[in-house]
Amino acid sequence: MSQLHYALFTGCTAKQSTPELLSSTLAVAKKLGIKITILEEASCCGASHLQDFDPFLSHVLNARNICYAEKLGLTMITICNTCQLNSAMTKHKLDTDPAYRARVNEKLAEVGLEYKGTSEIKHFLYAIIDEYGLENLKDKVEIPLSSFNIAPFYGCHNIRPSELHHKSNGGENPYNPSSLDDLIVALEGHPVDYKSKNKCCGFHVELQANHTSEILTGNALLDAIDNNADIMVTPCPLCHLKMDTYQDTIGKVMGRDIELPVLHLPQMVALALGCSEKEIGLKYHVTKAKHLKGA
Amino acid sequence: MSNTTKVTIKAFRFNAETDYLPYYKSYEMEVGKDELVLDLLNRIKWEHDGSFSYRRSCRHGICGACGIKVNGKPVLSCKQNAMALVELFGNELTFDPQSKKRAIKDMIIDKSDFWEKHAAVKPFVVADIDEHPIHETKVTKEEVENILDADYCIQCGNCHYACPVLEANEEFFGPAAFVAAYRFTVDPRDNAGKERLKMTSQPGQGVWDCVKCFECAEACPKEINPIEKITRLHNLEFEKGIATRNVATKHAEGFLRGMKKTGYLDEADIVLYSEGILGMYKHIPTAIKMIKSGKIHWYSGVPFINSIPKIKNLDEVQKLIKISQTNKL
Ligand code: SF4
Ligand code: SF4
Ligand code: SF4
Ligand code: FES
Repeated sequence: MSQLHYALFTGCTAKQSTPELLSSTLAVAKKLGIKITILEEASCCGASHLQDFDPFLSHVLNARNICYAEKLGLTMITICNTCQLNSAMTKHKLDTDPAYRARVNEKLAEVGLEYKGTSEIKHFLYAIIDEYGLENLKDKVEIPLSSFNIAPFYGCHNIRPSELHHKSNGGENPYNPSSLDDLIVALEGHPVDYKSKNKCCGFHVELQANHTSEILTGNALLDAIDNNADIMVTPCPLCHLKMDTYQDTIGKVMGRDIELPVLHLPQMVALALGCSEKEIGLKYHVTKAKHLKGA
Repeated sequence: MSNTTKVTIKAFRFNAETDYLPYYKSYEMEVGKDELVLDLLNRIKWEHDGSFSYRRSCRHGICGACGIKVNGKPVLSCKQNAMALVELFGNELTFDPQSKKRAIKDMIIDKSDFWEKHAAVKPFVVADIDEHPIHETKVTKEEVENILDADYCIQCGNCHYACPVLEANEEFFGPAAFVAAYRFTVDPRDNAGKERLKMTSQPGQGVWDCVKCFECAEACPKEINPIEKITRLHNLEFEKGIATRNVATKHAEGFLRGMKKTGYLDEADIVLYSEGILGMYKHIPTAIKMIKSGKIHWYSGVPFINSIPKIKNLDEVQKLIKISQTNKL
């Protein structure tokens, strides 16, 4: 296998409140011999909120990010479901609407860029599964996760709308996704089967509809706990923020104590590959997770 | 040679008049490759239990009566091929009504909440039209295209009963009502657009409470993509100057504040800007935990302010914002 090489779109969260996401991603890539070039030019994807305010501007800014992956001639990988969604939606729009693409390119030309549509966009999860391969990954496991029941929480924007993700982003059945389950098995952990695994965490209305948001997060966490989860894992840092940070307050809303460590997808892989404590960064978690090190 | 596959159907059974609790009953049948979910519903009734109840009328995917859920996936029974579901889920299929808590009898639900919300958004053209006009109303191609495919909605309710927000907040209009609101708001003959935009921008019931889960897009048998219309309603609020400055609209617009400064969203500033200093107080217990874990830092006496790195070539982003921004708050 020739060396895999990707352009990494970090997103904002990995550069701010979840530094552990970035360090564990880089650690996993290093262990697996995957070459990563960070797109330091890339800006925020707008997280679907800028899209509500100004769709044209959001398309221009997302297209600019993709341009930098195209310049390198690389597939762009994401480590945030919402980054994946907004980048892929932009790509889809520009690749299918030539007149619109021309309008966007007119703006990009002002800063010397052109969107061409030559780079694929893929979440790191599917890069590992579809391009690195789970069989190859199995050979690299140093610390099997066999003592843990792990609840996969897929997060909306990697699995819906399914037609957007079919081509290059896993192509999951959104009513019965399996990639994270398969990954957990490859790392010798026990995937938890529970109804909420493909449901929404409510992150995007946290400010304006906090109650809705808390109920959705609470339902998912309790469903995982009631099905014997020791850990939850998610490919999305926004789900992670919601699930990890607010367990106290959500416990009060739901009328039950909630304590469940929530890992970022690359952190889970990093644990199994025997990456260093510093790289995995469990100390950044609000819900206690440090005990997981040295599984 | 067998052209059929053995399938076990677990069907939700409940009669609100006589049953205390619902239960599931299994039916085994050989299913042919061309059979629809509606055929299987018929066969349960005709071959197994005449009391089994479900709604259907047109059998042509147009009356919107026959929506149910199979293994959690909303389907239109008369359009959905059964073997395609076997391929997706295996040989055991679970048939549920669109909403278990609204079940009346088996697959039949009380859909009144759906119809009330639909009616509330004025799903018709509001206009003073001469009873005996001399000319037809001319509508351009662009105006028709702008309706997107919102006029294909058959009010089946699949999206509405797939929406998780409605489970937590009964006030929420739901995706189908938003599709109807959009469809008539952009109709050039209509005069009630502003009224609808005001209604659908209200906190609690309106578009800002949508969690953006895309369940509605996945659920729609007509491929209408309701959330696309919801996004258009968001956009129209700004385009038509309906948007008032509140936590949700400021949050959407506020992304640009951080992006102009660093290229990234400023996670701290956006909360402060959207909610105001007083609103920030409720986040303090969480903020303290986040500071302890090193997620965020304390800076100049204000929580949530982080030292954000700058992207490379920030000037490009600043320039693009300047020349491409179309909407204002
Ligand atoms: S989704 Fe969030 S983290 Fe990802 S780029 Fe957008 S704003 Fe940044
Ligand atoms: S995207 Fe919005 S309207 Fe559609 S199902 Fe999700 S919350 Fe409901
Ligand atoms: S938008 Fe689609 S799913 Fe929703 S009611 Fe209309 S046809 Fe049914
Ligand atoms: S029976 Fe009319 S839509 Fe299915």
